[in-house]
Amino acid sequence: MIEAKGIVKKYDKHQALKGLDLSIQKGDVFGLLGPNGAGKTTFIRILNQIIAPDQGHVLFNGEALKSSHIGRIGYLPEERGLYPKMKIGEQLLYLAQLKGLTKKEAHERIQYWLQRFELKDRVNTKVEALSKGLAQKVQFIASVIHEPELLILDEPFTGFDPVNAEHIKSEILRLNQEGATIIFSTHRMESVEELCENIVLINQGEKLLEGSLAEIKSQYRSGWYKLECRKEWQPTDGNWIVESLDSKSNRYHYRIKLESKDIPKILDAVKGLELVNFQEETPSLNEIFIKSTSGHE
Amino acid sequence: MNNLGLIIRREFSTRVRKRSFIILTLLAPVLMAILLFLPAYLATLPGDEKLITILDESVLMDIRDKGTEEIRFRYLNPKDFDFETAKALAEGNGDYAFLHVPLSEGGDPDFVARNIRIFREGDLSIAVENHIERSLEKYLQKEKLKFEGVDPEIVARTKTNVKLRVINTKAGVEAENATLLKMGIGYVCAFAIYLFIFIYGSQVMRGVIEEKTNRIMELMISSIKPFELMMGKIIGIGALALLQFVIWIGLGALIFTLFSAIFIDPSLSAPAGAGTEQFNALQDSTSFEIYRSLQTVNWWQLLGSFIFYFLGGYLLYGALFAAIGSAVDKEADSQQFILPITIPLILSLLVIIRALDNPDGAIATWMSFIPLSSPLVMMARIPFGVPGWELLLSMVILAISFVFCVWIAAKIYRIGVLMYGKKPTFKELYRWTRYKN
Repeated sequence: MIEAKGIVKKYDKHQALKGLDLSIQKGDVFGLLGPNGAGKTTFIRILNQIIAPDQGHVLFNGEALKSSHIGRIGYLPEERGLYPKMKIGEQLLYLAQLKGLTKKEAHERIQYWLQRFELKDRVNTKVEALSKGLAQKVQFIASVIHEPELLILDEPFTGFDPVNAEHIKSEILRLNQEGATIIFSTHRMESVEELCENIVLINQGEKLLEGSLAEIKSQYRSGWYKLECRKEWQPTDGNWIVESLDSKSNRYHYRIKLESKDIPKILDAVKGLELVNFQEETPSLNEIFIKSTSGHE
Repeated sequence: MNNLGLIIRREFSTRVRKRSFIILTLLAPVLMAILLFLPAYLATLPGDEKLITILDESVLMDIRDKGTEEIRFRYLNPKDFDFETAKALAEGNGDYAFLHVPLSEGGDPDFVARNIRIFREGDLSIAVENHIERSLEKYLQKEKLKFEGVDPEIVARTKTNVKLRVINTKAGVEAENATLLKMGIGYVCAFAIYLFIFIYGSQVMRGVIEEKTNRIMELMISSIKPFELMMGKIIGIGALALLQFVIWIGLGALIFTLFSAIFIDPSLSAPAGAGTEQFNALQDSTSFEIYRSLQTVNWWQLLGSFIFYFLGGYLLYGALFAAIGSAVDKEADSQQFILPITIPLILSLLVIIRALDNPDGAIATWMSFIPLSSPLVMMARIPFGVPGWELLLSMVILAISFVFCVWIAAKIYRIGVLMYGKKPTFKELYRWTRYKN
């Protein structure tokens, strides 16, 4: 879907992107991750043709990015707003027409989306009279109303309460199932883990990590496991290191470092302890993020 | 370009429906009319009659002279009254003033002139003072003429009024001179352009700042080119300005006709009976002079140039205002950038005052070529007649500058709209113009 090669963008002396290569597959939910100032928004603006790269090129479905692609991309910017004096219906109609929809198409889709978000009776309400959450929903509708093939979401959940965030999340996944490719840019890692299949982690204009979330996580696995049981354990010798953790309400917790091939052995060793839980300690994306960025500073 | 149409329509339609626009559009001509006509109307109201009681012991004045409608003369017979009784009578009646012309010593008019006194409780109106002085001067001159042995009748008969008929020989045709009228037209046109540039230019700027503060800008420019957004706003608001202008002209003309019919010239509302008589009367009057001088102005050229300079000036300044709007986050920060574009406008207004007196002077001519001042200064010169090549050159320069200004403004705009939270300097604006896309 998107193939970016050697993207360089400079602002005066500051280099926002230093030769970024990226590949995003069709139908993917792609996480574009990085701390503030990493170059995420610059890259997104290049995809949206708001700015052009100084060097490098971007292919959209194999074609060099051009203005006719704009109608096939949907964008929910981080800095988002609406015209406060316009009615919701007018506003969506205007934005949809700018994306190339005819008046008739636009009206139909506005009806459909307002219905989905239970805003149908608000079509003549002025934006300034809406709560922040409702305004955000209208903004979301504006970014998807032209049924884009590629939907770019820059920090989409900021400003949403948990209920609405969940609503938006399910809409994003539904659009993805219907065939839209999603780019999801954020610095808040926890929101990515449930949504994204593939991620790229950028920092200071450069790529740090890239690949499927599962692969990356496995690269960063520590070899530590957590064990919870009802009886106290006197660790027997073996090819492992055991740390005793707290014991609360008759539950005993241990941390064990071992090679994955030793799992049957350890399970055998703790057999009589009334095992409650045994799981691998996987690093959260947040930890991976902190680990990999700190190593580069 | 389809998008440009959508943007123009939105900018126009959201503003044209605003209550403030409707009120201003309808009310401004009415207010202007009131300002113009109120003094004229008040002047037509009958003023207080001022009765001046006169004791003319030298029999200097003509007792048939009853003064004017406002200043009435009443003569007391010097045989029946002396100074004291006459003065007491005037005061007792509550007359406006009492004028005493003393008896001359040996018929010396200069003695009389020096000793004429007027009595009034309180200050004397200047109009009364002037009128009485003029009257007395006239009577004293008559006395002196008699003294010198000249018949005042002969003097009166031989008096001739000269009114110069100034013929303007420029442009090959002889035409009536109409300097005052042309000055008026030039000033009004130039001032209207100044006003529209300011009002609507700052609307463009405010519109851009609003889009930035509402944070809708990024969504917009991901759908359309910043250039389209900027031009759409400038053109949409320009169309609004033009509409307002046309309404003002229309309403103004209507109100002018109504008011003049009612208050100024009763002949306009009188039944059309004595046609020729009225026309003959008109021929000698000032109205006819104005009518004749109106014919000397090239109205089509004036209208065409006005629309050109109005739009050219607005587009040029509008682009600059848009660039300023894009560079700042709030209106308060815009002051430092507005000042440099205000200066040429104010300077033009000052130059116009000179230009109206000397339309072909060096400053006026030069400033009617410089694009930042030409919309105002050239407009002030046009009613006086400007050589074709000068007009053409000025228009071409303005058109080229407009394109250049829009180009520069668009460069600042496309960077500025994405910049938040910092107050840029002129140096930064210059750097933005050098950024690639």
